[in-house]
Amino acid sequence: MSLAKRIIPCLDVDNGRVVKGVQFVDIRDAGDPVEIARRYDEQGADEITFLDITASSDDRETMVHVVEEVAGQVFIPLTVGGGIRKVEDIRRMLNAGADKVAINTAAVFNPEFVKEAAEKFGSQCIVVAIDAKKVSAEGEPNKWEIFTHGGRKPTGIDAIEWAKKMVDYGAGEILLTSMDRDGTKIGFDLELNAAISEAVNVPVIASGGVGNLDHLVEGVKQGKADAVLAASIFHFGEYTVEEAKQRMQDAGIEVRL
Amino acid sequence: MTSVAVIDYGMGNLHSVAKALEKVGQGTEIIVTHDHKKIEQADRVVLPGVGAIRDCMHEIKRLGIDQVVADVVEQGKPLLGVCVGMQALMTFSDENNGVDCLKILPGHVAYFGDDLHDPETNERLKIPHMGWNQVHQTYDHPLWHDIDQDERFYFVHSYFVEPVEIGMIAGSSNYGISFTAAVAKDNVFATQFHPEKSQHVGLQLYKNFLNWNGRV
Repeated sequence: MSLAKRIIPCLDVDNGRVVKGVQFVDIRDAGDPVEIARRYDEQGADEITFLDITASSDDRETMVHVVEEVAGQVFIPLTVGGGIRKVEDIRRMLNAGADKVAINTAAVFNPEFVKEAAEKFGSQCIVVAIDAKKVSAEGEPNKWEIFTHGGRKPTGIDAIEWAKKMVDYGAGEILLTSMDRDGTKIGFDLELNAAISEAVNVPVIASGGVGNLDHLVEGVKQGKADAVLAASIFHFGEYTVEEAKQRMQDAGIEVRL
Repeated sequence: MTSVAVIDYGMGNLHSVAKALEKVGQGTEIIVTHDHKKIEQADRVVLPGVGAIRDCMHEIKRLGIDQVVADVVEQGKPLLGVCVGMQALMTFSDENNGVDCLKILPGHVAYFGDDLHDPETNERLKIPHMGWNQVHQTYDHPLWHDIDQDERFYFVHSYFVEPVEIGMIAGSSNYGISFTAAVAKDNVFATQFHPEKSQHVGLQLYKNFLNWNGRV
């Protein structure tokens, strides 16, 4: 009897529609967020994450409605990320029915925001999303840096130190995306994930690079992830969440089936 | 028409709780409120809660909800505490350097510890305890109706309840140590997990609560 490792389908939402960018450039439309969330819920998803990639803040209200509608039909934890910059953004999402918010860029530009958010709403609903890229050369000791703007802008911040700082500031969970792997389908950056997971005492969600079910198993076993996040392998019906869980269980990982 | 009051003291998960009750509570009026009269007039009461206990207790006291909850319990109405709402029902919590709670259920609230390991695999266990864990029903309570033994529920917490009387433990879970996942005493039932986030099994628990007359 123990805690199950979680599988979290992620829906990138642009102005109310689910899309998945390959390396954040080539974006394909994969449908209606409410419908997809319900399908994942039926398949046994442990949580669902929405990343709002809507460019214009005028259209952000659309996301609030999406969350409201999903929360009335799907009774598993919902996380919303993208465009969370102010306390008011968090309050709006929680009131709409989100359980957690993921703070990304705003944490980099203003770390105090994470502290303020955790104090106000509790660490249990504050996820800090970290986009990291390997900056060490072949043969050098591993080093990863925080990048913003979809992996385009380096910040000079060391990813491990940043993760520790964010936990000190009140992050209850880390959503870790390898920008080298995102969209590649060649698997998680396992070294990155294990390094961060060992450095902090809160759960770490591995993200970026899932192309098959064995990648999920590796993410937990070698990457020491507490949860694994994937998008495209589920969106296009390549695998169901149930199949993913079955594979993990066969590999000796505890899951909720 | 029966009614259920979800006590609103500004803590986050009350909307999720209300939505879950709406889903299973056809013909039940769901009132989200901190109005004393409305709470006392309702047939059933839910005390939700997330976040830090100090803030929760501060708001509970500021809104005079402490007395209302005591009255509801005294009247024998079914009361359901959820997560920090469960912890608030106890005598005292170790969180935030120690906080006095509602003293409705004798017992205290303790921290998991920063150096938690699985005794079998020696795997390091993260805090908060977050995700789906099995709940072992220690006896046949009406709120467990139609829920399988050792079913998984969704948890997110760093503190857990230690009731004084072992007999109050209605469900237990394991996370490095065995801990109390649900307590029951007379017309009070409380869960550390979030039934409103535990899919079908959680909705079943809310359904059971709406069908419960407060007796065991």
